[in-house]
Amino acid sequence: MSTAGLLLASLRARPGATLLTVLLVALGLATATIVTLATTQLEARLERDARGVDLVVGAKGSRLQLVLAGVWHLDVPPGNVPLAAVDELRAMPGVAQAIPLALGDSFRGFRIVGTEPAFVELQRARLARGAPADAPMRAVLGADVAAATGLDVGARFAGTHGLAEGGAEHGEDAFTVSGVLAPTGGVVDRLILTPLESVWRVHEGEPADDEERRELEASREVTMVLVRYATPLAAATLPRRVDASDRLQAASPALEAARLFRLVGVGLDGARAFGALLLAMAALSVFVALFQALSDRRRELALMRLLGASPARLFGLLVGEGLATTALGAALGVALGHGAVELAGAWLAPRGELPLTGRDFATIEWAWIGGTLALGALAAAVPARLAARTPPADVLADD
Amino acid sequence: MSAPPALSIESLVHRRDGRTVLEVPRFELPAGARAVLVGPSGSGKTTLLSLAAGLLPTQAGRVSVAGTELAALAARGARALDRFRATRVGLVPQQPMLFGMLDALDNLLVARHLAGLPPDPGAARELLGRLGLAQLAHRRPRELSRGQQQRVALARALVNRPALILADEPTANLDDDQAAAAIELLAGQARALGAALLVATHDARVRARFETVLALPARAGADADSGEGR
Repeated sequence: MSTAGLLLASLRARPGATLLTVLLVALGLATATIVTLATTQLEARLERDARGVDLVVGAKGSRLQLVLAGVWHLDVPPGNVPLAAVDELRAMPGVAQAIPLALGDSFRGFRIVGTEPAFVELQRARLARGAPADAPMRAVLGADVAAATGLDVGARFAGTHGLAEGGAEHGEDAFTVSGVLAPTGGVVDRLILTPLESVWRVHEGEPADDEERRELEASREVTMVLVRYATPLAAATLPRRVDASDRLQAASPALEAARLFRLVGVGLDGARAFGALLLAMAALSVFVALFQALSDRRRELALMRLLGASPARLFGLLVGEGLATTALGAALGVALGHGAVELAGAWLAPRGELPLTGRDFATIEWAWIGGTLALGALAAAVPARLAARTPPADVLADD
Repeated sequence: MSAPPALSIESLVHRRDGRTVLEVPRFELPAGARAVLVGPSGSGKTTLLSLAAGLLPTQAGRVSVAGTELAALAARGARALDRFRATRVGLVPQQPMLFGMLDALDNLLVARHLAGLPPDPGAARELLGRLGLAQLAHRRPRELSRGQQQRVALARALVNRPALILADEPTANLDDDQAAAAIELLAGQARALGAALLVATHDARVRARFETVLALPARAGADADSGEGR
């Protein structure tokens, strides 16, 4: 017989109250865990994809839309800008790098992105096999694209118009896969990269003569330009300068992401508050279970005092009971939360929009777990204090 | 030369709510001896047991157990008194009052654990065997008969090898044969341990079996025993 044995025996003696508390703690912490994991992973994902992009420059319209389309490839872009804008930007002071992107076509729902080799470096991607797309109509596939379509080096495919599946096929202009990228965990895994010329060629067709060629080249456009600042100071001047143009608009991924989170934040805060409410109810349940047991256990507690247990010991025993129940619920809740996120991740994986995994452990989870245990101990402390005052003489109270 | 008396009382007066509830000028129970404590309801039997067990503080006079004065011990702190009671005094309450969530053996071992003594399952099992409970060591109290529960409670009072065993009305609600057997058991186990035994009772059948009698007079205006010991 040990202190732990005594504690477990006490908990087993009241299975109903113990189970209720364990379940309340588990549900509360699971809710908090799900919200925490989803937001931290979403934030990490957004941040990863926006790395190295200080500013997205595109057509006038919604800034959030511009960033969603240009950095996270989630929304349709607001419109196109002339190719000349790329050179204009590169000439502006404070611009270290400007990478143009030309969007518009897709293959089985994966976006075909006309761009420059610098984009591959920006995404910190490297070839798993094959060669870079160094000529028009050659393409490099992101890892997810290769896995989902089964295409590999040497294969040919034709893009369809539009960013979603089911657009008209550009029949005669087929791409050849020149290489496949290794997985990065970023958005590039789901993109098909090709030189800008490919996109223009697909949409322009063959010019009849040199004059038509010049006309076509003069009217060439890109969808947006990803800009990296040369100095932090550029953040103060460059966006305003771009916005002054009547065709261009600048959007900062960091600012737009913050705005996005403010928009979704209300819902997330609601879910977090719900988790906290469940945990508060769990704490109340710890309190009620121990408080109610006080009168039932008065003899038992007095007997322990009689047999030599100090008041501190009784206090410790009851706080230990509250803490053990809470810890059991917390362990269950963390397992439930991670399991639920892993399941959701597996369900969302084929759609690819929000990669989630239950196998990551976020540091902030420790705060929730610590807070839950502290709450359990606190809820047990009041009845435990009353219990500790049980006089041992109560054993002989009535004859 | 000889061992100090198991229980020694001098000029003991205990008052509650301004009223004297117990007065014992002098009483001595030698080591290993046995005595019966008698008196009508309200005469202070439970109060005396509580004082002897150190469950109530000594207000006036002296109470010593196995040569240790309880008031002096209490002055050293509640912890010292708790420890002393747990190891030197075995109390057999009128109700068995076992831990319902523990089996018979664990009920004995928890008494050693709470007294801060090392576990000694061998000795605990042997004690259960001596009380005819060897086969019931892993039964919970609710799976035992009332008589078996009382024997477990007795075993628990003995497991720490106390110098003084205090029994509170051990024969209440027992028929003649059971009462005789219960007293026989108590006296026999106390003798086997070399412990002194003080049995509080208002049962004449018990009184007849003891040579030393501490009789408490009826107290004027005393009501029922309820509330005593608080």
